[in-house]
Order: sequence, then structure tokens, then C-alpha cells
Amino acid sequence: MGRRGQGADPSGTGDDAGVDATFTALLEDSAEELYESAPCGYLSTLMDGTIARINATLLDWLGLDRAGVVGRRHFADLLTIGGKLYHETHFAPLLRMQGELRGVALEMRTAAGGKLPVLVSSVVKYGTEGEPLLIRTTVFDASDRRSYEEELLRRRRDAEQARAEAERARAEAEEARRQAEDAQRQAEADRARLADALAVLQQSLVPASLPEVPGLETAVYYHTASADRLGGDFYDLFPLDGTRWAFFLGDVCGKGPQAASLTSLTRYTLRAAALHDPEPTAALTTLNAVLHERYAAGGDPRYCTAIFGVVEPGADGRTTVRLASGGHPPALVLRADGRADYLPTPGGLLIGILPTAPIGTVETTLAPGETLLLYTDGLTEARTGPGCDQLFGEDALLAFGAGQAPASPQETVSALTKLLRGFGDGLDDDTALLALGVPAARPHTRPATNSPS
Amino acid sequence: MSISRRNNVTVSGPADGPAVVLAHGFGCDQNMWRLIVPALAERYRVVLFDYVGSGGSDLSAWDPERYASLDGYARDVVEVCEELDLERAVFVGHSVSAMVGVLAARTAPERIGALVMVAPSPRYIDDYGYQGGFSAEDIEELLESLEANYLGWSSAMAPVIMGNPERPELGQELTNSFCATDPDIARVFARTTFLSDNREDLSSVSVPTLVLDCTEDMIAPRAVGAYVQAAVPASRLVTLNATGHCPQLSAPEATAEAILDFLRTLR
Repeated sequence: MGRRGQGADPSGTGDDAGVDATFTALLEDSAEELYESAPCGYLSTLMDGTIARINATLLDWLGLDRAGVVGRRHFADLLTIGGKLYHETHFAPLLRMQGELRGVALEMRTAAGGKLPVLVSSVVKYGTEGEPLLIRTTVFDASDRRSYEEELLRRRRDAEQARAEAERARAEAEEARRQAEDAQRQAEADRARLADALAVLQQSLVPASLPEVPGLETAVYYHTASADRLGGDFYDLFPLDGTRWAFFLGDVCGKGPQAASLTSLTRYTLRAAALHDPEPTAALTTLNAVLHERYAAGGDPRYCTAIFGVVEPGADGRTTVRLASGGHPPALVLRADGRADYLPTPGGLLIGILPTAPIGTVETTLAPGETLLLYTDGLTEARTGPGCDQLFGEDALLAFGAGQAPASPQETVSALTKLLRGFGDGLDDDTALLALGVPAARPHTRPATNSPS
Repeated sequence: MSISRRNNVTVSGPADGPAVVLAHGFGCDQNMWRLIVPALAERYRVVLFDYVGSGGSDLSAWDPERYASLDGYARDVVEVCEELDLERAVFVGHSVSAMVGVLAARTAPERIGALVMVAPSPRYIDDYGYQGGFSAEDIEELLESLEANYLGWSSAMAPVIMGNPERPELGQELTNSFCATDPDIARVFARTTFLSDNREDLSSVSVPTLVLDCTEDMIAPRAVGAYVQAAVPASRLVTLNATGHCPQLSAPEATAEAILDFLRTLR
């Protein structure tokens, strides 16, 4: 514009003539015209706010006519109520104190009743003595800017709300996590307490260790299949008098806590009965009566199988063993000469089913180096084979025993324990082993061995 | 923290002069008084302060519950008087502070011996037989615009209002405090100011009272000034030839003279 406006281009063309005319028109745009038609509102007021001058632009924006405004209205009269209050409490005091204000957001009221958002700047004109004379004010239409500000405000509110919601969700998640931790801690505490209780209970089912028996060696193995370690198998060994010892091993129906309570009843019944009458048949007969009265008579039959024995070490190392059995797998004897034999007790039936139970008996003698093995069906019914679909069985046990014989109780139990471990998942029932025998060479006492698994 | 620090108390004039406490209204701070302080301080001990939440006060002491009623502001006044151990001081309250003075004088009559009410209004909203100057809708519109963080109250606008690059001599002290109020605090103060109704309290005023109103004040019209004068027992009314709501700024000499005339009648 400036370059063309020089107008003295010697190589002037017809175009330049048009430009010159335009520029001339601009120069002739009087200050008055510029004031009236400027793209912003102008007004001047006395110090008391009375409007002295106002330009056409602002009058047009507000829909007012000059005669009704000049000398008649105050600047504050052009504002909305909120704008007036702000003007009186902030704008006017600040202007008085500072002599000018810039870019203050206000709202003006139009003649049609609408609102016009504006940005207002004012300066005080002072006289030569420094006294305030009048206030000059420019007004910019801030509709777009106000929309923009409102949008920003709305976005900020949305963001704040989203943040608040996120914070709330985080707090809830934290609370849920805390509760889960509490629950887990509680569960762990419960489990620990239950484990303690179960440990105490289990000790009432099988002896913590076997007593020493002069002239005999003993060994046990005990495995519970259930996770709570409450088994349905039981065994015990205890003195009857100065020369004789009683022992038993058996298997109650079922598993877990209910089996455990039956096991407990069975064990202490047998011990008490044996002290009263050490005859093996008598002990099992008493047990049958007790279980029948306790369960079957009440319509809730529970039963067990058991072998009860009395052992009486002889002076020459030969030890007499008398056994009674109620429905229990036969005991196995590993002889000193390498044979293995079952000791069948025909006629014996499950204990606790019938009012009077038939009991089978058998008697044998153990020579030095010979071992008597009592076991539960967890051993003979362990699943073997590639698909775990065959039972280990009594024949296999007999063969295994023959393969081990002669063997001390500890050797016998160790070999069987190794065998059982080899069954892996095939061993899905409680299993108990109790072996007792006469030491082979010089008879001497060995400490009892107890190896519950 | 001391009350003086909390309320940004400044004292000028002779230490043994009668005490005059000047209290600003809604919007600005003690600088509202700076044009008339010199005239008053020639003979009087002039006490200026900012309400908590305004000007140079300690904003951390602001409590939305306490300052949601004028009693909270009256406590500020009484606490300032107590800390300075003022006795029978003249309390000059601008705008809403005139009613704060009424409450403070009733709470601590030994501290406040006279009242000057500058452009007072006990009730901004019109009522049956009463012209406050605003309809309930007007005030609601104002408060709504405040809630919307609108008009000049937006925190984004505050620096623009306060900025005064061409007159740096006014300094940070003035531009940063005068009229610059946290928008949240301003909303509470506006609600308290414009929704309070203290008409019933006026008859309890027992001290000499000067009511100053202006010839043209859209916030406190002349009818309201006359109402206040009629309701306060020992009062007289002087109408200043001034426009707007802040005669201490628009007509400082006349305002100071009217106050000094009143002060002289007290002795």
C-alpha cells in the first residue's frame, strides 16, 4: 500500500490512477468519519459517567439513538445489572485510582433486550492542573471471545468433573483392593488357625511316635490323601502289661473330618477295650458294639475294618503274635528264609454294621529276621500301570514282599514307601503301614520309627 | 499470626488522637480510602484494614462458613479493635460495611462509639413497602453471573484489570491488592452482601450515626439512605453531591468534610 501510495511512479498506468483515487479517498476519510464508523465503539463521559459523546457504531450495536443518550444516560446505564454492580464496585473505583483500565469484560444491554458481551478500555483525561476532566472509553464486541471463553470454561468444568470421577474411581478401586487384602489376610489367618486345630486333632488320631518294645523293631508309614490331613486310617501300639503289647491298624469308611471323628472314636475304644480284656477278638467285638450303637442303630451306619493284635516276645527270640480281623486285608509276613505269606483271617466282616460281628483270628510266630506287615487298602488298591487303570493288588504285594524278604520292619516300610511314591497320582487314598518284627542277628532294641508323610 | 497481620491493619495519624476505623465494602480493599485518609489523619488516629479474603489480608485465614454471614466480618472488626485496644472508636463503613458496623457496635459497644455509614443499604432487594433498588431476579442474575465466573470476576481477567504498565509508579502493592479478589472468595462475599437483610438491626443502633448517601448511586439509591436515617435512632443524613457508589473516590473532599463535621460534633 505504501509503495503504491507514493503515486509518483513515472511509468504510471491506468491501474495506478484507480489506486490513487482510492488512496485519496482514504486521506479524505475525516477523523470525524473514522470516529463515527470505526469498527469499535467509542464514548466519552464526564467524570460522573454522563455520556457526552458516543459513536454511531456503538449506538448501532445497542440499538439506541443519539438524542436519547447524550447528556441523558450514564455509562453504567448501558450495562446489565451484573455489569452495573461490577462497574460500581470494581470498574469505577479502579479507574479513579489508576486513571485507566484495559480489556475489562462487561455486558451491555441492547434496546431489544439482548445482551452484548464487550471488552471495555477506559482512560481518564486530565487537565493541566492534573484534575480529571473526562473518561474516554472504547468498546469491543466480545461475543465470539465470550463464546470462546464459555467453551473454555465448559471444557475446564468437564475436565474437572472427569478428574473428580477418575479420582473417585481410583479411591473406590483402592478401597476394593484394601478390602480384598483384608479378606485375604483374614483367610490366611483362618487357614493358619484351622491348620493349627487340624494338627492338634490329627495327633489324636495316630500316635506322634511309637513306644519302644523290648525285643521288637517297629516302623510305620502314614499318608493322608485329603488336603486337611485328616485321615480315615489309624494305627497304634501300646503296652498291655509287663510282657505283652497290643497293636492295631484299620481303615474307617469315608474321608476327611467325618472319617476323622470316627477314627478317633475307634482308636480310643480299642485302647480302652484292650486294657479291659486283651483278647484280640474281645477288643474288636467291643468296638463293633460301640460303633453299631453309636451309628448304625441311629440309622447312620458307619464302619471300619481293623486288625487287632497282641504280641508277646518269647525268651528265645521267637515272638508269638495273635491277630483278630474284622474285614481287613490280611497281614503279610516276610519270613527269614525269603518267603512272604499272607495270614488270612477268614470269616471276619466289617465292624459296626451288624449287632454282633463275626471276627476272624489267626496266630503266628515270628522268628528273628521276620517281619509282620499290616497295611490298609490304600496300598493294595493304589492304581498302577501306564493309564493308572490297574490296581496294585494283593498278588503284587505278595510278590513285592517276597522280593524284599528277609527284611527288617524299617527296610520293609522304606521299600514300600519308595514303591508308593512311585505310584504318584495313583495313590489317591489314605494309606497306613505298620511293621513289627524280631531283629535278625543279635536281638537288640532299636528306637521306634515313625514317619508320617 | 496477629490480627493486625491477618487483616493487613495500617495505622496513621497522631497516636493519641481519637480513633477512626475505615472499613471497605464489597469489591476492593482499604485503598478505597486513600484519598480521604490525609484529611482525617491530621487530627485522628486512622485505622485501615482489609477483611479476610480481601486485599492484603491473609487468605489462608479465610473460612467460607464464617464469611458467609456479616457476623463473620463483624468479628473481624471487633478483633481488630480489641488488638489495638480501641475504645469508643468511630467506625466508618462503606456500603455493606455500614451494616457490619451495626453488628460490631452491638457486639462490642465499648469499642465503637459512633458510626458513619457511607452509601449504606440494609437490603438490596425490593420488598413490600421497601425499595432496595434491585429485584430478586436482578440479584439472582448477578449471583449467577458470578457463579459462571463471568463478567470481570474471571480469574483470567484479574491480571488484565490490575495490569497498569503505563503507570508503574502505582506499584505492585496497589495493583496487586486493590480490587483483586479470588473469584471463589468474591462469590461468597457477593452472596453475603447482596442477600443479607439487616433492616431489623437498624433500630438497635444506640450510638450517634452519620448516614452519607450520594445524589446518584444505583447501588444505594437515595430512598435507601433516607430509609436508613429514619430507622437509626440518633442519626442524621447528609447527601453528598457525588455520583456513583464510591463518594470517597468520586468526591473525596466533600466526603472527608462531611465526616470531619460529624467527628467534631462528637467532642
